[in-house]
Amino acid sequence: MSHSPHEESALVASETDGSAPVIEPGHTYASVTDQISAIVLTRPTSRGWVFGFAISFSLLMAFLYATAYLFAVGVGIWGTTVPVGWAFPIVNFVWWIGIGHAGTLISAVLLLLHQEWRTSINRFAEAMTLFAVSCAGLFPLLHLGRPWLFYWLLPYPNTMDLWPNFRSPLIWDAFAVTTYFTVSILFWYMGLIPDLATLRDRAKNRLPRVIYGIMAMGWRGSAAHWQRYETAYLLLGGIATPLVVSVHSIVGMDFAASLIPGWHTTFSPPFFVAGAIFSGFAMVMTLMIPLRWAYGLQDFVTMRHLENMAKVILATGSMMAYGYAAEVFFAYYSGNQYERFMVLNRALGPYAWSYWALIACNVAVPQLLWFQSVRRNIPALFIISLIVNVGMWLERFVIVVISLHRDYLPSAWRIYAPTVWDFTHLVGSIGLFMTLLLLFTRLLPMISIFELRELVHKTRDEV
Amino acid sequence: MAQIFHPSMNTLSKATIFGGLFLVASLAFAWDRFNRSAYMTDADVVRDQPVPFSHEHHVRGLGIDCRYCHTTVEQSAFAGIPATEICMNCHSQIWKDSPMLQPVRDSYRSGKPLKWTRVHDVPDFVYFNHSIHVAKGIGCESCHGRVDQMPLMRRTQTLQMGWCLECHARPQEFIRDRKDIYEFGKPARTDAREHGQELVKEYGIDKKQLQDCWICHR
Repeated sequence: MSHSPHEESALVASETDGSAPVIEPGHTYASVTDQISAIVLTRPTSRGWVFGFAISFSLLMAFLYATAYLFAVGVGIWGTTVPVGWAFPIVNFVWWIGIGHAGTLISAVLLLLHQEWRTSINRFAEAMTLFAVSCAGLFPLLHLGRPWLFYWLLPYPNTMDLWPNFRSPLIWDAFAVTTYFTVSILFWYMGLIPDLATLRDRAKNRLPRVIYGIMAMGWRGSAAHWQRYETAYLLLGGIATPLVVSVHSIVGMDFAASLIPGWHTTFSPPFFVAGAIFSGFAMVMTLMIPLRWAYGLQDFVTMRHLENMAKVILATGSMMAYGYAAEVFFAYYSGNQYERFMVLNRALGPYAWSYWALIACNVAVPQLLWFQSVRRNIPALFIISLIVNVGMWLERFVIVVISLHRDYLPSAWRIYAPTVWDFTHLVGSIGLFMTLLLLFTRLLPMISIFELRELVHKTRDEV
Repeated sequence: MAQIFHPSMNTLSKATIFGGLFLVASLAFAWDRFNRSAYMTDADVVRDQPVPFSHEHHVRGLGIDCRYCHTTVEQSAFAGIPATEICMNCHSQIWKDSPMLQPVRDSYRSGKPLKWTRVHDVPDFVYFNHSIHVAKGIGCESCHGRVDQMPLMRRTQTLQMGWCLECHARPQEFIRDRKDIYEFGKPARTDAREHGQELVKEYGIDKKQLQDCWICHR
């Protein structure tokens, strides 16, 4: 691997400025490969994993049960009703798709920016992205009155001679999410190929060798392979980069293109993107902290990673704070009575609790991350990341529900109340997410082995 | 270490990549053909009727006008299925002992209408009105086909929305003079295109409105 003087100086700087290294010293190619592939190949399934999987899988079954009931009876099982026609399902959709933004940001943007510290967390963040986008993609479909006709969202020659309405952001959304999912899965799989070959070569039994072998697509690690691989990976990174902003911008436009006070704002797209990165990094942190502990990966996911992620959370959290302030200012400055009422209704209306909880979770709590002692305190980071996850869910609740429940016509106002099925779908989707994630940690290397080997090589040069 | 895969796997895996694409494309194509097939649409499928009524005989053979039996086609959404009495106008005099017509006579005697099987039926969420089509120059033939050549009734069109829209998008290609509404097989005019445009204008057809959702889904 060639590395530019720029990268080297970055590494040296990290060594000299007192921050933790991106990989603990003393590791060799073999020790890295052993330790990570062992999680999949040789270590027995731990009790903790089985316990976690049992809970996640039960929640997934609850999700499937609720979905079967939904298909049988219809969307009336939810609390969703006029004027709150977008409720929990859309809140959950935006929440999940936001979480799914960390993967591409870490993988593609930080790859292009030569940020070495991404190496230990990119594989995991990409997997998390895929699973979050899978959860996200389900909600708009479940929210359809006739979900079995979901393919009507796509433009294809049909017997009705009809095309979707290309002027609607909702159809851009269908494209954005499917594109994002496709590119993310390609990027993730591409990154896995050399590691799949490692697993194929190290597996003891025939079946895993055949399965990993098929998935490795004949990877032999020749120089020609690596040369093409690096080019293709960079190209994919370039393709994935615009998606970091496009997907959530379009989700923002779903709201901005409507005329509802609280939705109809030009700053929605960038505000949504900042929120997405905020929640995505929080979710990576929420998951990485217990995982590095459970699998003893402290050498690879070091304090440096956690601290850097905390800084990203702090930065994007501050952007969110700016967004909330801007919203209030716009309402005042516009002089529009509906906009002003919307802000007052958020702060003082029947759902004021959710607004103030959101401000507490997304604005107040992340400010603690200004302190290095907090950024290096693992339990504190874990709790803050959980609070941010909750805060970002509340943020979508505030946007969707509070804006809709009191719009222009007071005669149409209504208090929205979710039902038990709303909560089943929300919690069940977390079950789906965790089930996929646990299967991933068990069956595939959750840290990129070959990129860590590269990192060992580079850091050894420095030492 | 022994090889896991035989060298032939190289060819096989390349074949699966392209074969997979080909398979998906073929499945999509097959699915589309299936949706447009007679199995799905019932187009060109002859239905069982209580009496094997021949439109060919009555329309072409005897020259009976469509409106003699389908009495409300010019006034109402529904063209009308003839009452038994209309059949009996003639069949009390001719073929009055034919065993084929026994159900007609039974119906006449008992007062219970014949249960014809409907051949042309649009879904309930579609608002279709015969009178406006007839008034604006759409001939029977355009939708029902050469009924004068059908010994037994069948549908020649799919009645799928795409088919409706063919005409709603380009009415000038299907419109005819009002005097020709009930004619079958009249040769096309040499100036059909210009004449169609003129008729669209003359009959006051707003083409833009014709493709609005609400025009059929009310």
